[in-house]
Amino acid sequence: MSARLHHARRLSKAPSFTSMVTVVLLGAMLLVGGALYEGFLSLQVMLNLLIDNAFLLVIAIGMGFVILSGGIDLSVGAVLALSTMIAAWLLQVAHWPPLAVIAIVLLLGAAFGGGMGAIIHYFRLQPFIVTLAGMFLARGLCYLISIESITIEDPLFVAMSQTQIEFFGAFISPGALIALGMLAFAIWLAHYSGFGRAVYAVGGNEQSAAMMGLSVGRTKMAVYAFSGFCASLAGLLFAFYMLSGYGLHAQGTELDAIAAVVIGGTLLTGGYGYIAGALSGVLVLGTIQTLIAFDGTLSSWWTRIVIGGLLFVFCVVQRVMSFKSK
Amino acid sequence: MTVAKLTAGANASFITKAVSHHLFRPLAALGVLLLIDFLLIPGFFRLEIKDGHLYGALVDIVNRAAPLMLAAIGMTLVIATRGIDISVGAVVALSGTVASMLIGGTMVIQDGVPVYVAETPMLIAMAAALGAALLCGLWNGALVAGLGLQPIVATLILMVAGRGLAQLLTDGQIVTVYYQPFFFLGSGYLFGLPFALFVVAAVFGVTALLLRHTALGLFIQAVGINPVAARLAGIRTAALIVFVYVFAAACAGMAGLMISSNVKSADANNAGLMLELDAILAVTLGGTSLAGGKFSLAGSIIGALIIQTLTYTIYSLGVPPEVNMVVKSVVVFLVCISQSDQFKNLWKRRAA
Repeated sequence: MSARLHHARRLSKAPSFTSMVTVVLLGAMLLVGGALYEGFLSLQVMLNLLIDNAFLLVIAIGMGFVILSGGIDLSVGAVLALSTMIAAWLLQVAHWPPLAVIAIVLLLGAAFGGGMGAIIHYFRLQPFIVTLAGMFLARGLCYLISIESITIEDPLFVAMSQTQIEFFGAFISPGALIALGMLAFAIWLAHYSGFGRAVYAVGGNEQSAAMMGLSVGRTKMAVYAFSGFCASLAGLLFAFYMLSGYGLHAQGTELDAIAAVVIGGTLLTGGYGYIAGALSGVLVLGTIQTLIAFDGTLSSWWTRIVIGGLLFVFCVVQRVMSFKSK
Repeated sequence: MTVAKLTAGANASFITKAVSHHLFRPLAALGVLLLIDFLLIPGFFRLEIKDGHLYGALVDIVNRAAPLMLAAIGMTLVIATRGIDISVGAVVALSGTVASMLIGGTMVIQDGVPVYVAETPMLIAMAAALGAALLCGLWNGALVAGLGLQPIVATLILMVAGRGLAQLLTDGQIVTVYYQPFFFLGSGYLFGLPFALFVVAAVFGVTALLLRHTALGLFIQAVGINPVAARLAGIRTAALIVFVYVFAAACAGMAGLMISSNVKSADANNAGLMLELDAILAVTLGGTSLAGGKFSLAGSIIGALIIQTLTYTIYSLGVPPEVNMVVKSVVVFLVCISQSDQFKNLWKRRAA
């Protein structure tokens, strides 16, 4: 009995505790959905979770790195919108070849993020205010390109949007596969590369990291550049999904991404968490939306209330855990 | 050097004093903007009296800036304690919704004339709306001071959920108000000036008095400069932090009443959208340091006026209003960079 109690206590103190809670929560939500609604637990519904949230997953991966490094990036939703806008304009108005457009958009996203990182590092400004200004700037630039939404008719983009890849009798979109590939790459980057170790070290304690001889400035700039890259990749996925560029796309996505990262078990104070948590966090958010859609009587605003509630619960759990460890 | 000082005399020392005053930069920025308006917009400074009310671009700017000024006053105190409140917009939506739903307006025929009557007495409805805002502030304050969450995360929760709650109340509909007296707050006139200005002046006056003539201002500054030292010195830090969040939410609640009274409805989805960002911007422009401790209420008011003047200028120059966001963001970048120590050092080295 006491051994079991001891075991339970050790489990609740284990570093991965909140991440496990999220996975259990996800499982429970799926089971409840399966019990309540017919056809909820079908493979296609599960794959749709990935298809509909591919862009959010990619953004949450970038946000995960930023939060691990002890910062925050509020500009990601706006950079996503700007990316759809630039892509649509280059394709429809300037008639660039689609591959060049994709390369340019990804480059611009990384440069935008890297620029904010440089300002944060060189002027020792708070990440939150700099990325807030970045958010204004990116949304504003969208409207400078066009106030109206631009429809994308490029054959490659249309093909990406309409292709359905067979998967055990169900189908998955190329966008979802790209997002999963990005996740695999990011997990490698975080846990098996020097860059990943530097990010954890900087997030854990910036001064110690600097004393260890790590280049704090370069790491920080790289993290924001990576987040900008992820946001523009998410913008491309969003453009594949919606086939349009619009300045109002993905409003409030930065909040969803932060929520997904927190729910996925990453500490907001930095230095602690798993990149893979982004997937479980995004899936939890997606499942909430799917449950509400399946129910049919609940209105869409319940999504926001439930996400706010979950965010609260996970923040409290994180705090309680850090009290315990002290 | 000394010769130059001597010859320039008292005049130079007055100028250096003025330049080093903390309100110099925000006032100079406002002055430059007004000068641009004066040169480019004909009749910008013309004021006229129509139907007993004062009309003109200046009155319009100050009137439209009223909700932002209220939100900025609250935000100043929060930022002074090293905090941030990004739930301002959600609180605006919530309080506007509560008031509009309670007041509503039913048509009654009085002496053959259709008249709208409030469903709940207006004062009670407004008190309920402010009460809802106070609860929001209490929630934020409890999360920050009680649980020790980072302010941006703590208020993020309400920012996400608050609009959802407001939509839940209205069932996702826009609530229209028909009761006449409610409109006075947002679009009424007193002594020829917009009534909203008197509200802002009253809130500003009371806050400034509290900060100057009680120890509150000192305590807030102490907490902002070093929270641990402040607590060790015997300041009840937790209570103080709860107070500033409640105060900020009350200001946001009043701004919400003002906005919904002005547009005669409450739109849970769009009321006060991005107001928190404008409020933070106003506070930063006014010279309050985001690192806490150094704050200026008057500066925040000037900051709010700068933002509104900028908006007005952009509209009247015929530039597409969307440019506004780009200009604002560039201004934030410049102001933040110019406030940073690194930039000042760079400047000093250049000058030396």
